[in-house]
Amino acid sequence: MPEGYTADEMMTIAAARLVRNGAAVFVGIGLPSAAANLARLTHAPDAVLIYESGTIGTRASVLPLSIGDGELAETADAVVSVPEMFAYWLQGGRIDLGFLGAAQIDRYANINSTVIGDYRQPSTRLPGAGGAPEIAASCKEVLITLRHARRAFVETLDFVTSVGHVSGSGGREQLRLPGKGPTAVITDLGILTPHPSTCELTLTSVHPGVTVDAVVAVTGWPLEVAAEVATTEPPSAKELAVLRDLQQRTLRAHAQS
Amino acid sequence: MAEIVPLREAIRHAVRDGDVVALEGFTHLIPFAAGHEIIRQQRRHLTLVRMTPDVIYDQVIGAGCAAKLVFSWGGNPGVGSLHRFRDAVEHGWPAPLAVEEHAHAAMAAAYVAGASGLPFGVLRGYLGSDLPKYNPNIKFIECPFTGERLAAVPAIRPDVSVIHAQKADRRGNVLLWGVTGVQKEAILAAARAVVTVEEIVDTLEPPRHAPNPVVLPAWVIDAVCEVKGGAFPSYALGYYPRNNAFYTQWDGISRDRETFGAWIDRHVRGTRDVAEFRRSLEAAPQHA
Repeated sequence: MPEGYTADEMMTIAAARLVRNGAAVFVGIGLPSAAANLARLTHAPDAVLIYESGTIGTRASVLPLSIGDGELAETADAVVSVPEMFAYWLQGGRIDLGFLGAAQIDRYANINSTVIGDYRQPSTRLPGAGGAPEIAASCKEVLITLRHARRAFVETLDFVTSVGHVSGSGGREQLRLPGKGPTAVITDLGILTPHPSTCELTLTSVHPGVTVDAVVAVTGWPLEVAAEVATTEPPSAKELAVLRDLQQRTLRAHAQS
Repeated sequence: MAEIVPLREAIRHAVRDGDVVALEGFTHLIPFAAGHEIIRQQRRHLTLVRMTPDVIYDQVIGAGCAAKLVFSWGGNPGVGSLHRFRDAVEHGWPAPLAVEEHAHAAMAAAYVAGASGLPFGVLRGYLGSDLPKYNPNIKFIECPFTGERLAAVPAIRPDVSVIHAQKADRRGNVLLWGVTGVQKEAILAAARAVVTVEEIVDTLEPPRHAPNPVVLPAWVIDAVCEVKGGAFPSYALGYYPRNNAFYTQWDGISRDRETFGAWIDRHVRGTRDVAEFRRSLEAAPQHA
């Protein structure tokens, strides 16, 4: 990894670049929220950020710690109830892009955020589904971000919380899922995209300084690698400055309250 | 018709052992003071319903009041795990906790059905997910018009719902604004409804530019209690911000059974009301 930025910063910036200006984005807390706000503060000023708490078109000055922080409501174009959010806005097909994290992912971008181990006797009880199953189903497109590790990129999920491309090509159509599903998985090492014909996740880009072998080594299944793997454009000075400024403001704000 | 009563009295009358109880508030306006009163009055065998259990149910579960939890996202927002919830699920401490697990869209639909007097809620959801394999309260139905496969979940009908709001008037009409979550649905779905408020005023009026104001008329509420600061450490828009530092510190307090027990004994069981609770916390360094 070249000097000057961290792997997490590269991951956040790479994810932010995939947010189109003007897109309606359903945002989760954590890295997705950082990436979506970075996009809004750089190349996508007209992105509409939507949090499941019911805030539509928020322009918070700091990253929220929770999905319903007060500043999200105060800076929103509209605030709606939670049933309305999930019914009219999400299932109504109005969201362009959903942003999900996960504890585990498989080769078809199905994800687990429920348990590690057996459901009834879990070794680790994770927070659970939240909005994810319906975000994964109904957003026109989904981005997934998580750090690359063998325990996260697994052959078989311990639990399928939300589906990506199910068991490959045609899987989503069979379930009659309205959205296209995951179009990219952004990690701290690179970017994986579903193969156009099989829907299997394929390594298409590595971040600067990362080798293909390094990514294969921390993937728990034999990873498909594109014939030509691109190198992710390193963070620009502006992207880094805006992201760090946002994170500094956030740290100060959360330490105070 | 709403009676204006002290919180202790409202909880004593409304919440009984074994009840299905929904303390709602989606990140905002979480009725912490009411949850603490349930702990002080040592209610037992409750079925707790809440989309996001949050720190409030972590405390109620850890204090031994719950037999079952119905929920859709059980984390400490932006921080990590709810350790008392995890300890109950993973190790049965302080008592085994049955779990009925949903997704947010389903809980929202189930509350709407409860408020509407309908037997079930419907959603385009759970397709391909493992949740229906483990939760018998998730079924699939066919749309009679299009044949589309849709998920159905039974209506949520709590014995008692409790929410926190910004204001009530002297007749017990309630006003809340900002992120209003499923509070309206939770109140309308419940057999008994309790609302705690920041203040009781002569005339109900939202402030200028208040986003999303919602009025709940007095005649759908049983008890209104004036509890200033009753949502702390969550927030009340227009009154006080979310205490993010407390949510972060809760991770350390709740990780260990003894530390948690000492905290609950000192600050909740050892105090009589929200004012004493706050003074107790302020007297303790780092909310320890």
